[in-house]
Amino acid sequence: MSSRAPNDVGSLPIDAVPLRHPGRTASALVIVALLGLFLYGAATNSAYEWSTYAAYLLDERISRAAVITLMLTVLAMVIGVVLGVLLAVMRLSPNRVLRSVSWGFVWFFRGTPVYVQLVFWGLITTIYRTVDLGVPFGPQFLHISTSSFAENFFWLAVIGLGLNESAYMAEIVRAGISSVDEGQYEAATALGMSWREATTLVVLPQAMRVIIPPTGNELISMLKTTSLVTAIPYTQDLYSRARDLAVETFNPVPMLLVASTWYLFFTSILMVGQFYLERHFGRGASRAASSKQLKTLAAAQLRDDKAVR
Amino acid sequence: MTLRDSLPSATAQAASPMVVSEGVHKRFGALEVLKGVTLSVNAGEVMCLVGPSGSGKSTFLRCINHLEQISAGRLYVDGELVGYRQRGDRLFEMHPKDAARQRRQIGMVFQRFNLFPHMTALENIVAAPVKDQGRRREAAIEQGRDLLKQVGLSDKADAYPAQLSGGQQQRVAIARALAMEPKLMLFDEPTSALDPELVGEVLDVMRALADKGMTMIVVTHEMGFAREVADSLVFMDDGVVVEAGNPREVLANPTHARTRAFLSKVL
Ligand SMILES: Nc1ncnc2c1ncn2[C@@H]1O[C@H](COP(=O)(O)OP(=O)(O)OP(=O)(O)O)[C@@H](O)[C@H]1O
Ligand SMILES: [Mg+2]
Repeated sequence: MSSRAPNDVGSLPIDAVPLRHPGRTASALVIVALLGLFLYGAATNSAYEWSTYAAYLLDERISRAAVITLMLTVLAMVIGVVLGVLLAVMRLSPNRVLRSVSWGFVWFFRGTPVYVQLVFWGLITTIYRTVDLGVPFGPQFLHISTSSFAENFFWLAVIGLGLNESAYMAEIVRAGISSVDEGQYEAATALGMSWREATTLVVLPQAMRVIIPPTGNELISMLKTTSLVTAIPYTQDLYSRARDLAVETFNPVPMLLVASTWYLFFTSILMVGQFYLERHFGRGASRAASSKQLKTLAAAQLRDDKAVR
Repeated sequence: MTLRDSLPSATAQAASPMVVSEGVHKRFGALEVLKGVTLSVNAGEVMCLVGPSGSGKSTFLRCINHLEQISAGRLYVDGELVGYRQRGDRLFEMHPKDAARQRRQIGMVFQRFNLFPHMTALENIVAAPVKDQGRRREAAIEQGRDLLKQVGLSDKADAYPAQLSGGQQQRVAIARALAMEPKLMLFDEPTSALDPELVGEVLDVMRALADKGMTMIVVTHEMGFAREVADSLVFMDDGVVVEAGNPREVLANPTHARTRAFLSKVL
């Protein structure tokens, strides 16, 4: 029994002893110990050749290849997202032809291995030697000889990766749009918004909350999928360069470590970006107000109380 | 001297019909939901629409706003055909742009509020005026704050819908509809999703709106509100108007058996 009267306690902030978690502490210690042992083993194992790793990590050939990999990733992802949104909207449109085309595209590009698709893109200039657009037996509007693209394996890689990605993005965007309550579109329409306004102002921002996490996944996955562009064959990317240099150093292990370090570095940057995007599009999703928002609300309340008095 | 000044009296002006429904039918495939609804609401009047579940009340409201396309009959708002353009005796489907323009003159309040969850209360209110009517943002924000004050929520401008109570959300939704400066307000069971103690605050806002002369069609189960505020009460069942008249008279002496059966359940 406390000696204090109960009504004394009423307005005092609670200062309780936090609950202890002995199980959590013990398991954390074990894991940290195992991690330490692994790091020690790695540092002392000569197979890793840390001196070679250090020499090549910032080698210009490697850093230039890393930038190329990043460009491949970003450009392919841009194509993937733009085309993916288009495919998703087509899939949800009332027009049966658009719906079927979208379905067929996704069916094909999701259903075949990306490696096979990349080999195909590498051969495309031998399959289609010219592209002609015009009326049969009539005037010709466009004539392109594909031989001018034959050397441009970089762009073939971007297109190949981008088209494959768009099939996955289409499904992600479609799931996002479908997750938004129908009443939202209806309320926007009742306010006199056009289909475009309702979609861009009301539906897509809410769909983003569902779209962004798997898209971040796709982006990181794309960063690593770029290592498949040797299929085209394109060899300027990070993984191909690291492999070439491994021939020079007679040991693939340190070069694999160098490449992995760069992949991890880019992935980390992308994850930071994803965190801020998620926070931006998550606004209003939870009852919990941000501290800044609580301040403005409290200030408004105070102002209001004064006005009443 | 303007035309308005030369009108005989305010009552004569008020007696012009705002909504005219002539034999409106609505079919969903083979299912006929509205089977010839005929009624009219004068400018400045409040009409309460009651009836059992599934009788077509929501569908009728949605037709007035052209969220649904009617299958037969004619529907006019402020003398203008809803959703169609008439040339000679042929009807032409309206361009979505014109349909949107028509909808801007009609405010709609939903049972489940349908506020935009990713926008604050104030952003919910200014979004449409800024986008559709190209109003200046500052002017729209000023008007938005004013509307929030009218519905008693000036302190909640920066709150997101998830942080508001049901009654507060519905009052924001009413303010949002009013921001378009509509000629007509449609309410579809605005208090049905609310806890009993929150119903009053929403009805108070609606009552104030009626007092200001807003033309309103209200689907509701709040017979007290109908008795006090409405100019007319319409009882709908199975897609047709069964009985219509002065709310006090209809509630006290319903002439049709179906009306009597329904009222005995809700009163
Ligand atoms: N889009 C639709 N497709 C098919 N049937 C529909 C559709 N919308 C409404 N209905 C049907 O129309 C009938 C009338 O529905 P409505 O929502 O208008 O009733 P209500 O009078 O508003 O009922 P409540 O009081 O339950 O809201 C119902 O039988 C419903 O199933
Ligand atoms: Mg209904």
